[in-house]
Amino acid sequence: MAVATAPRRGMTKTERRNQVMGLLFISPWLIGFLLFALFPLVASLYYSMTNYDFIRDPQFIGLANYVRLFTTDPDFWTVMYNTLYYVGFGVPLGIAVAFLIANLLNSDIKGRTLFRSVIYIPSIVPAVCTAMVWLFILNVQYGAINGILKTIGWQTIPFLSSPELAKPSLIMIYVWAQGTAVVIFLAALQDVPRSLYDAALVDGANAWHRFWNVTVPMCTPVILFNFIMGIIAAFQDFTLPFVLTGGGPMKSTEFYVVNLYRNAFVQFSIGKASAMAWILFLIILLFSVILFRTSARWVYYGGEK
Amino acid sequence: MTSASQTVGGKPQVQQSARSGSISATKWLSRILIYTILIALGITWIFPLYWMVTSSLKDDPQIYTVPPVLIPNPVFWNNFYDAWTRFDFNQAAFNSVFLYSLPVTIFTLISSMIVAYGFAKIPWRGRDALFWVCIATMMLPWQVTMVPLFIIFKNLGWINTYWPFVVPSLFGNAYFIFLLRQFFLSIPEELSDAARIDGASEFGILWRIILPLSKPAIAVVLLFRFLWSWNDYLGPLIYINTEAMQPLALAIYRMRTLALSMGTTAMAYPHLMAVSTLVALPIILIFIFAQRTFIEGISTTGLKG
Repeated sequence: MAVATAPRRGMTKTERRNQVMGLLFISPWLIGFLLFALFPLVASLYYSMTNYDFIRDPQFIGLANYVRLFTTDPDFWTVMYNTLYYVGFGVPLGIAVAFLIANLLNSDIKGRTLFRSVIYIPSIVPAVCTAMVWLFILNVQYGAINGILKTIGWQTIPFLSSPELAKPSLIMIYVWAQGTAVVIFLAALQDVPRSLYDAALVDGANAWHRFWNVTVPMCTPVILFNFIMGIIAAFQDFTLPFVLTGGGPMKSTEFYVVNLYRNAFVQFSIGKASAMAWILFLIILLFSVILFRTSARWVYYGGEK
Repeated sequence: MTSASQTVGGKPQVQQSARSGSISATKWLSRILIYTILIALGITWIFPLYWMVTSSLKDDPQIYTVPPVLIPNPVFWNNFYDAWTRFDFNQAAFNSVFLYSLPVTIFTLISSMIVAYGFAKIPWRGRDALFWVCIATMMLPWQVTMVPLFIIFKNLGWINTYWPFVVPSLFGNAYFIFLLRQFFLSIPEELSDAARIDGASEFGILWRIILPLSKPAIAVVLLFRFLWSWNDYLGPLIYINTEAMQPLALAIYRMRTLALSMGTTAMAYPHLMAVSTLVALPIILIFIFAQRTFIEGISTTGLKG
């Protein structure tokens, strides 16, 4: 950055003016980056190596927070398991469902815009509102689904109040809110050249073959994109589990960021919360890198490669 | 639900046969199948929101009966009034609109446009490197900076104010800087050059030439930034803890927490559905009127709802 700020002697008048104007124009971002991203990032790393409770001064304790989390912390591995369960089942299922819905919408149908809206709207409605609705619908006594089950004489299902069903229930709601992925897939499907399908037809490929050998390969870059964005977002999902179950029953939906929030703003274990944040950061980075690295094997980049 | 979707699903078949007889039998069958699946999916997807709206129009006997009442009869409007006045939702709505969403949206647009202009339209040394840093900040999970930012804002005395949301919006947002930069790059350089020859300043070019040409991109920024502020829950949860300052998302949650603490959650559902409907309604209306902007924003840059 020092290079950038000092206009060199060899510059012409216009170049020097551009250097100054350019830096002037981006200076809001640069200042914001230093104040609200870089500084907090470094501070967080420091806090993660301290004992700190907002009140007394932080005490430096090295990597003890990390060691404690991995070895003696009673919740860390439960929380990690819950989160990996949610991400591991939710994201692939969400992508599969979104991709199939997008393919259905991409077929020659009437009312595509209406269907797309119906699928998309749940993903933009405030999460607090959808959480309230699901809380009501899935309620054992008064919920609509159990009401229907009772009507036909079936047993009620404790969607959110049993430790076994709480995670799958949240995954179901997660999948329901994947409208954004559907829209992205639909846009990608509409970009697949018709000529490829025509060529496949000439070769005698049936609908299934056309789907597997044309549609899917042509959409792999977007599948990769949705996978990475989906993993990043799912690891950080907060509102839905926090409002719906508050981590229960029996910590079965205590997800990583819910637990992190609790450590920071309820228990005031700032050091522990910061260490958790950094571990999460590294996990997300690791997943993204792995996906990118393996992508050469399964992502097809049209004429670019 | 299945029987309903099948009867509706039969409709396209009639239309189809009336329109043309040349379509082969298998194509016919696959069409019926696609419509049936889509209508079943559509009903499933819209059901929670349908339930939210209709439940807010039911009185208690209609809410808590088995089988569930699908269409409210008689329609009961009091829930809206009762729920809205039970807490100070007028104040919360005012906070959401005027203290949070509007200022943050407008400031984000202005600052991001200025920064994007510096990244797109002025050539200067170090520009591309800093732009990459800007992109990289999008990958930074909020959990990592959450705690240090809280400490900074707390020390500034900004708890229970909207400064923690408004002030950072003065420094641009990486997503929108990226989006606007890409858009600015597509505007021919000749236009800016002509203005420069006429003696226009860089701000003048941004204001008079780039801005009028960038309306589609600006619409995307306004829309999504507003959506994010309106839906934001975690931010207010951390920074706002008085009733007078809370935005709508938090007000709904507090309403439920209070019901829970008084052991009357079940009784509170009609009220919760009523306020959820009122808070979700602006977003749904905005979507209906600005659908194309939404779809464009998502399919070009993958912005999440």
